[in-house]
Amino acid sequence: MPAFLFVTVFLIYPVIDTLRISFFNRNSTEFIGLDNYEYVFTNSTAQSALLNNVLWLVLFTVLAVGLGLLFAVLSGRVRYEAMAKAAVFIPMAISFVAAAVIWRFMYAYAPEGFTQIGLINAAGTGVGLEPIAWLVEHPLPYTDVTLPGPLHTNNFALVAVGVWMWTGFAMVILSAGLKGISTDILEAARVDGAGEWQIFRRIILPVLSPTIAVVATTLVIQALKKFDMVWVMTAGNFETDVVATLMFKQMFNFSDFGRAAALAVVLLAAILPIMLISIRRFRAQEET
Amino acid sequence: MMARKLEPLLSPADGFLPRLRKILSRWPLHVILIVTALLWMTPSIGLLISSFRPATDIASSGWWTAFQTPFEFTLDNYSDVLSQNRMGQSFLNSLIITIPGTVVPIMVAAFAAYAFAWMRFPGRNALFIFVVALLVVPVQMTLIPVLRLLTDLNMAGTFPAIWLAHTGYGLPFAIFLLRNFFGALPKELMESARLDGASNMRIFFRLVLPLSVPAIASLAIFQFLWVWNDLLVAMIYLQNPELAPMTLTINNLVSSFGTEWQLLTAAAFISMALPLVVFFALQRYFVEGILAGSVKG
Repeated sequence: MPAFLFVTVFLIYPVIDTLRISFFNRNSTEFIGLDNYEYVFTNSTAQSALLNNVLWLVLFTVLAVGLGLLFAVLSGRVRYEAMAKAAVFIPMAISFVAAAVIWRFMYAYAPEGFTQIGLINAAGTGVGLEPIAWLVEHPLPYTDVTLPGPLHTNNFALVAVGVWMWTGFAMVILSAGLKGISTDILEAARVDGAGEWQIFRRIILPVLSPTIAVVATTLVIQALKKFDMVWVMTAGNFETDVVATLMFKQMFNFSDFGRAAALAVVLLAAILPIMLISIRRFRAQEET
Repeated sequence: MMARKLEPLLSPADGFLPRLRKILSRWPLHVILIVTALLWMTPSIGLLISSFRPATDIASSGWWTAFQTPFEFTLDNYSDVLSQNRMGQSFLNSLIITIPGTVVPIMVAAFAAYAFAWMRFPGRNALFIFVVALLVVPVQMTLIPVLRLLTDLNMAGTFPAIWLAHTGYGLPFAIFLLRNFFGALPKELMESARLDGASNMRIFFRLVLPLSVPAIASLAIFQFLWVWNDLLVAMIYLQNPELAPMTLTINNLVSSFGTEWQLLTAAAFISMALPLVVFFALQRYFVEGILAGSVKG
């Protein structure tokens, strides 16, 4: 079977070999035990990349699922549903690279007193606020407060772009799930005097929760693997590195394949629970 | 909002006033929806408008002022970026990478999916669960060994290398999606074909493939977008500006001309054009594909 040949050469063998490489030195000639892992968990750049990934994981997933759900529920009630949904969904079709260009333009910054050509700073200065270099700054916007770790303005700005791209994905799947809820049940609840919020909490959320789980898993995987967008927008500068961009730098800027491999293994380890969950879900589906 | 569904029950003669009241009671809903939809489209519209503005205008005024006088639009950005910055060549490269990168994995996956769905062999279920597990393996885990392998074979930086890589990475998802679709075809159909003496090959080409056009179409759209929009795989295996796809060229433009917005916006829009056409033309399959395979990482 050619399929097995491909899968073996491009997936199975490399996974095993990457595990091996992660215990070797920069050009894989000498066994160095856990040194690369020590780097991943103690070096400050690597730590910041790990924490950034955690921020992506939590904030990106929660916002994309939340907004997707909100938009799916609301758009299901109007006649121009298809158009409203297409507007939110279109970013899914474009590349992260194009999205990065779009948003670099949105975030474009010029010092105070110059014309702002980025929409966000133009809007900000328009109401009297100072312009902000969104992709560089660490303190919270329009304040002097700097939060620790990954909670920096530039990280939030990047996560916002991710949310812009993936909300449509969450919306499409959740809205298909919503269509599966029988209108009779909803009608009956309304006749019994249930408010819209109650209907959402007591009927829609419980019925949709398996679907929400599927969407969230996919988004978590996306958050962990995030590379293209961060790379094109900031190249990981100003402490916006995530694990995948740092790995790329270790490979090509520092030629340290051992550390790069260790970073990849950490990603895989983070994804393992999701793998087990999806296998279990698949088995449950097969039995029914 | 509650009134909406009840209204027809209570007042079958839907007069003008109730209807007006209905619309008014729902205005927050409409405002939220329309504002969000517009907000979501604004960044892309800004890009599109800017790509048609002269360089000096882009640098000196916001794109939202483009429709004030003096009214100036130009196609120069497109001709510049296509002729001077390798975007024309990159567009072709993207096509050269994407077409085999879509067709080959689907063909390979279709055979495998048929075997998983309708042929009996030892370890079939265990193997398929393995495929499900591979769905979520991050591509980063494979980069170093595959790059070394391709370098040893003198294939790094060539088109076949990247075709093969995209085939390998696309397979688990393709097999998963097609196997689920094939498996849902009616069993009686397969059995009667087999009773008539049809071979597996014949059943596959004459029966299964024609029946699976919708599934294959959604898969094709996905794989197409995935390969077309990919940056990482191209950056690793195709370090050669002559062969670079558009994503890689734009990335290089950003790092060397980060504020030359007239070039960047035009380049980005060229790279978006084909996916947008695909999206609008085949929206239905697109959505179906998403629904069928949302485990893919």
